[in-house]
Amino acid sequence: MPETLLGIPTEALGIWLAALVTLAIYSFLYKDNPVYKFAEHMFVGVSAGYTVGVAYHEVALDLIIKPLFRPAELKLTHPDYLVLIPTALGLMMFLRFSRKHGWAARWPICFVMGYGVGAGIPPAIKIFLVQAHGTIQPLVPVSPGSHATAVQVIFQGFSSLILVAGVICTLGYFYFSREHKGALGVVSRIGMWLLMIAFGAGFGNTVMARISLLIGRFQFLIDRWWPQVRGLF
Amino acid sequence: MTLERLLQIDRRIIFVLMALAVAIPLITGITFDPGQTPPTKAVYDYIEGLKPGSVLVIVFDYGPASMPELDPMAAALIRHGLSRGLRVVGLTLDIQGAVLGDDVLNRVGREMRKESGVDYVNLGYQPGYTAVILGMGEDIGKVFQTDFAGRPYDELRITRGLRTFKDIGLIVDLASSNTPTTWIAQAHERYNATLATGVTAVMATDYYPYLQTNQLIGLLNGMKGAAEYEKLVNHPGLGMRGMVAQSISQFLIIALVIFGNIVYFISRRRQRRPPGTGG
Amino acid sequence: MKVRIPLAITFITAAVLIAIFFTPHHLGEQIQARISDWLRVVGGLGLVLGIYSLLQTHLRKVARRSRDWGFSLVAVVSFAIMAVLGIGWGIGQGTSFNWVFNNVYAPLDATMFSLLAFFVASAAYRTFRARTVEAALLLTAAIVVMFGRVPLGEMIFPKAPDVAEWIMAYPTTAAKRAILLGVTLGSVAMSLRIMLGIERSHLGGE
Repeated sequence: MPETLLGIPTEALGIWLAALVTLAIYSFLYKDNPVYKFAEHMFVGVSAGYTVGVAYHEVALDLIIKPLFRPAELKLTHPDYLVLIPTALGLMMFLRFSRKHGWAARWPICFVMGYGVGAGIPPAIKIFLVQAHGTIQPLVPVSPGSHATAVQVIFQGFSSLILVAGVICTLGYFYFSREHKGALGVVSRIGMWLLMIAFGAGFGNTVMARISLLIGRFQFLIDRWWPQVRGLF
Repeated sequence: MTLERLLQIDRRIIFVLMALAVAIPLITGITFDPGQTPPTKAVYDYIEGLKPGSVLVIVFDYGPASMPELDPMAAALIRHGLSRGLRVVGLTLDIQGAVLGDDVLNRVGREMRKESGVDYVNLGYQPGYTAVILGMGEDIGKVFQTDFAGRPYDELRITRGLRTFKDIGLIVDLASSNTPTTWIAQAHERYNATLATGVTAVMATDYYPYLQTNQLIGLLNGMKGAAEYEKLVNHPGLGMRGMVAQSISQFLIIALVIFGNIVYFISRRRQRRPPGTGG
Repeated sequence: MKVRIPLAITFITAAVLIAIFFTPHHLGEQIQARISDWLRVVGGLGLVLGIYSLLQTHLRKVARRSRDWGFSLVAVVSFAIMAVLGIGWGIGQGTSFNWVFNNVYAPLDATMFSLLAFFVASAAYRTFRARTVEAALLLTAAIVVMFGRVPLGEMIFPKAPDVAEWIMAYPTTAAKRAILLGVTLGSVAMSLRIMLGIERSHLGGE
């Protein structure tokens, strides 16, 4: 990228462009308008172009073109013709747009699904067992030589009880094979309360996350764009 | 103004309040002490315990939308790793992270006068999520044959002896999607890789169960997690600067929720009273 | 041919990978590595598939001069510029591609998502009501966590961060873990159904 464009430093040009697209998107807060729509469609186009650019260099070049046509760059003694198999499979995906040959797109999709399933089942079972094991905590956690006070031990025990009972009660809430009455009714109600607490905590975190995004944009406008604006006067 | 009109206030007034709650603290430039939480400290302590020359892998699984939360984390982690003499290796499973990760690695690396290819490197992006991790479990050099700048993996000084997860001290996945779950399932459960994660605040509650079972050794939670880490490495940045704005705007939201509920319940009580008994 | 072979591909791929997981032999690891390489090629080409679909939609709108076709033209032109810059001049530091990414794509993406902060504030005032005990519990937990996770909250009540952290570490973890256990079991069940060809929705229509 050249240092200047039409006599203007490209860094300054970039800041102005970034600020203009930012303000164009924020114009939506007043109401929907053509400036916002322009920026929105530009975003769609640029993000698609970005994917193509990165995919060309990181995927097509390194995984297909170099192994087949420039093997010396990858320290291979001869071309890796086996790469033609996944390349053909990948290209078959585009046949989904053909009415006559659309069925052929199933082959690569099924390969990807089979991979996901085969690679996913054993670790998923392992995670299940580890998580179930992690739920079983001692309710009176005292280790030899511990300097914890009685209050700390009791509080830790209470917290562990919340964890164990909480998992059981929440699982009870999702047990729909029986009506939630009697003991199951009590268990499922506690489970629902815990779910509400969890969703509340999640909502609180979500609010923080959204505000962080806004802070990021305002930091840019205040720290980088505003000095450019002041520099004009 | 009647209570009903208060409840129907033009939302653009709320937008303006929100904008002011964020902008004014940023303009003043004050920073608040972010404090410290155990999950963040756990990541810091683990990296502190790594011997110089160990490999710290940072995975940039996020896009521009999550930059305010995760970029400060990335910068603080890279700074910490480089200052401890660790070999910092960046990579990404999310196509959006390819350029972002390169920018932050090079920015911090140049600031600390470290050399690319020797002290730090960005291996770039590879598609396939699970396939990439499984491939790394066999041979990292076969998956990332060149780095992001096009230099062959085997010719870089930093990648000498770095072939599988056994050669990595810690992997920190900075994520805005559920890639940490994939890293836990594949890298940790199959290859016993040591993992930590930095996530956007939205996702943090999903990863506490893994923290409790030590499938993750630590967790950085959103912008606050970034601010805490910046404080630990003694280099205030965007994370710490954002804490004041975060505080004020969050208090605004809390106030809006409480006020909205108060007005709602008063309005409902008035509607329930029989006619002619109120004032 | 149209159904049996795809189902066989799914089953064989899955079975081979599961078998390799339980028999860590060197040959198995080589086969797994090769299959993973193939998946990365197929996955990489799949990235472009979505873009092809997107371009088709906008090009059709431009060709037919449909409503708002001008905006579709903006999308197509932006795509072309970005793709040409990336393929022609590289994507590393200091390239034009990198410049457009940092000054157009990143600000647009970030700003789009930051709009949500405004809508959350508006929704917080206009719609979040503690009408039931459960809703009150949800809002209380949200307020306590929000209060405890900012420095101002700690200044007002020093124990606030500890309370927020406790809520995250215990009741929230309990509920999330229960969901995780259920989802994990469900995903294993669904994976087995896909592997055995019982679940065929991924094949699409005939």
